[in-house]
Amino acid sequence: MAKTITLEVTRYSPEHDLEPHFQSYEVPLKEEWVILDALNYIKDRIDGTLTFRWSCRMGICGSCGYTINNEPKLGCATFLTQYAPGPIRIEPLRNFPIVRDLVVEITEFLEKLKKVRPWLIHENGGGSGEYLQTPDQLEEFRQYSMCINCLLCYSACPISGLDPIFVGPAALALAHRYNKDSRDQGSAERMAVLSHPDGIWGCTFVGECTKVCPKHVDPAGAIQQYKLAGALDGLKQFLMPWGQKREAQKR
Amino acid sequence: MSAGQSSAPTLRSGTDQSHAQTPIYTEFHPRWYRPQISTYWWLGKWAYVKFILRELTSVAVAWTVALLLLQILEVSRGGEHYARFENLMSSPWMIVLNIVAFAFLLMHSITWFNLAPKAMAVRVRGKRVPALMISGPQYVAWIVVSAIVFIIIASRV
Repeated sequence: MAKTITLEVTRYSPEHDLEPHFQSYEVPLKEEWVILDALNYIKDRIDGTLTFRWSCRMGICGSCGYTINNEPKLGCATFLTQYAPGPIRIEPLRNFPIVRDLVVEITEFLEKLKKVRPWLIHENGGGSGEYLQTPDQLEEFRQYSMCINCLLCYSACPISGLDPIFVGPAALALAHRYNKDSRDQGSAERMAVLSHPDGIWGCTFVGECTKVCPKHVDPAGAIQQYKLAGALDGLKQFLMPWGQKREAQKR
Repeated sequence: MSAGQSSAPTLRSGTDQSHAQTPIYTEFHPRWYRPQISTYWWLGKWAYVKFILRELTSVAVAWTVALLLLQILEVSRGGEHYARFENLMSSPWMIVLNIVAFAFLLMHSITWFNLAPKAMAVRVRGKRVPALMISGPQYVAWIVVSAIVFIIIASRV
């Protein structure tokens, strides 16, 4: 008989349940199977009502983030065999409301993302033609541009859970990514939004966001760098208020 | 935003039926479940426990600063006052308390030095300077200053 492993999956139906509960499923333990394969096996062969998000199966889309044995991980990048003999507990991402089974509601995050203006801001809307950038200038922000919005960092960040209005790791890292881009001129605009207590100062540097990031974005590092820039900015404003006024006028 | 009502199927709950209520649907999303965060959330993972301990080190820092200020005050008041302070400091519970505070201070300093390279992304010739190049000099300065203080104290005793 082929080897199997037990998956304990969170079930929650808003029409029928007051709170989530676990349901166990026995799936084949195949060496090449990731958690997502097992979930799809359940959906296809055992229980078609199981609901979960997924898309690309290759760590690019950021859709299949689940809490696997208490750790936020991508379902498509986590092999069953590493948890053998099991059982494996699969829950929705933490710190988000649960819509159904493993699906969480992410509108709050999308609002936060918009707030940090994650796009190139250019004086007068930018000119026509190319923006030239050297490889060194690209290296400055490349790491922070790798984010796939999988939200594992929000799930790992206790502050995101305790303070739901905290802008959070991925959005702050993306703000940093644009600030570091040589083509961007929006850092002052973003600083006004992010130097808020719910922005960079909400972060207490637990550091878990960086540990769980499947793309090695290092949001914790980005936020600490942003804090340093914010503190220097504040100090400059305090020491040279006239210089700041002149800069503001220029803008 | 008006909240529409569903056809209210029977709710079942694994543990508690007392809060049964009709699910409420809003315009954009179904009724959802927002898990409550326990007061003891930080006990669930060693990384979180370490984080809470690190946050608590600020209490040890405040305690040590207060003690130092008190010591300076007592020195300035002289003889009998300082003898009383020394007597207080040599009591066993105070020694234990200060050993614990010292451990927390060490943790505070080490975590601070380790944070510095995260916050300072220094680039030289297009390459980011390794973390050790930023935290290393701080550790060296820390050890040198501690050694000087130790030598001064040792030479007086």
